[in-house]
Amino acid sequence: MAPTPPPDAAVAVAARTATPPEAPAAPAAGRLGELGLVVRLEVADSLRARWLAIYAIVLGGLVFTLFGFSLTESRILGFMGLSRLLVTYIQVCMAIVPIFVLVTTVRSVAGDRESGVLEYLLALPVGLGTWYGGRLLARFALILAPVLGAMALACGWAVLQEIPVPWGLFSAYAGLLVALCACFLGLALLLSSLARSVDVAQASAFLLWLVLVLFLDLVLLGVLIEEHVAPNTVVAIALANPLQVFRTAAMMLFDPQLVLLGPSAYVILDAFGRSGYLAWALAYPTLLGAVAALVGYLRFKRGDLV
Amino acid sequence: MSAPAIAIHQLGKQFSGTPVLSDLDLEVAPGERVALVGANGAGKTTLIRCLLGEYAHRGALRLGGLAPRQARREALGRVGFVPQIPPPLRMPAGALVRFAGGLGAARPAAIATIAERLGLDLAGVERRPFAKLSGGQQQKLLIALALGRPTDLLVLDEPAANLDPEGRRAFFEILSEQDPATTMVLASHRLDEIAALVSRVVELDGGRVVLDDRVDQRGTGSLRARVVLVRADEAAGRAFASWGLEAVDPRRYEGPVVNADRLRFLGLLARYAGLIEHLDLGPEDAP
Repeated sequence: MAPTPPPDAAVAVAARTATPPEAPAAPAAGRLGELGLVVRLEVADSLRARWLAIYAIVLGGLVFTLFGFSLTESRILGFMGLSRLLVTYIQVCMAIVPIFVLVTTVRSVAGDRESGVLEYLLALPVGLGTWYGGRLLARFALILAPVLGAMALACGWAVLQEIPVPWGLFSAYAGLLVALCACFLGLALLLSSLARSVDVAQASAFLLWLVLVLFLDLVLLGVLIEEHVAPNTVVAIALANPLQVFRTAAMMLFDPQLVLLGPSAYVILDAFGRSGYLAWALAYPTLLGAVAALVGYLRFKRGDLV
Repeated sequence: MSAPAIAIHQLGKQFSGTPVLSDLDLEVAPGERVALVGANGAGKTTLIRCLLGEYAHRGALRLGGLAPRQARREALGRVGFVPQIPPPLRMPAGALVRFAGGLGAARPAAIATIAERLGLDLAGVERRPFAKLSGGQQQKLLIALALGRPTDLLVLDEPAANLDPEGRRAFFEILSEQDPATTMVLASHRLDEIAALVSRVVELDGGRVVLDDRVDQRGTGSLRARVVLVRADEAAGRAFASWGLEAVDPRRYEGPVVNADRLRFLGLLARYAGLIEHLDLGPEDAP
């Protein structure tokens, strides 16, 4: 019988055990607890990243600048005071928020996939729905916070300076901004799930934004009307483009007859009415974003995660 | 009868039309320690990602009877994983411990103990971003997270690649202390390093299993080893003597090696490969 060799140093059985028996196991998180962990992780990661700070500084700075330039004391279309400031703010938001949301969010899934972060984190026992939903919730809160925070800041300042706050307009604009953020967040997550690399994701996001901007009334829609394209086609494009929907609704709040929009205002006001169009402007982008996020999730779940 | 720790049937995976895994069949019983070896591109990492439910694939794959793609929480709840390349996580090390621990019924004290044994002061790096730690520190933390929670299956992809010699020694020592019921899959290019730990070697090539060798499949018999060195070497002599080999002269060693230990013995020989002039490993009764 061969003698049993002494154990190699590498396999020497130490007196200690790898997992001390006295160490209690922390209970695994339930689904809600898991969701909380993912949300906290995403919030903390975004707070560490520069994009959120830049985004908040831009929007906060914008409000300060508008106040600084005494915009509340100037007048446009009969609007002055805080209404005047909000009208300007919402137009600037339309230019800034969608591209900011798209570019920063498309990096999330595609970037983590490319860098190997997903390989490790998704080897942990977390549900994919919880993972995706947690990131969606966290991003939504993070994107909205500076947008609405800057508006709240403006209101607070107005109250301090005894400038009347138009609460109706404030609520309507806040609702439109929520819908705009939801829409572009969902679209960004869809692109991020579909793209296999950050470069492709960012290029697709930019292309999408460009197409939506081109199909605003100021650009291609105007050309289409000039070229005598069927009015129904033009109106359908205007109603399907979330940027145009947001722009028209924002405009309608300070220009109820949509004088600025020209003859197409008749179609919109006849078909929807003021309240009806506002409801469309709140519901459609939100729904579009939700459907896009859902499709993105299904694609994410069924394909390769890493 | 309990379900196999890993059951793979006709597993197939391709990227852009190029097959990476082809009709792969593999069954691993609970408690088996499998070395997964193969050249670059053989399919080791792809197989590991399929095991973790990260790739959509053809065929069937079960961990303890559960499909990791469909029943992620249940299937992965008892799996510890160490990746080949640490992910560039921005979160601080402490946050990673809390996050991974929160999802996996962690034992925080065990994580800290293992980290300490590997030479990582967890309290000292708790606030530092994970990505800013050195490669070795990152690997040690990931090992501590994988081993510091109750697991039935450990999937380790080149786990010791970034470790210093002391860390490697401690790591293999900790692995050897794991519950015998814990199944392990160790992917490594250095079979000599993990030879002492494994009971089975599975080699992949072109996405197929080309070798499936159970180290103890030849029973309790033994082999006769005859080693001739290029020159006398004190350290090699001591190592051979510790295995019960007799020194015929300062360059020649001879003795029995039990079948179950032959992989470990080959691991030992690999350390002194440059010194070996002749090697004979055959049946005990061979002339």
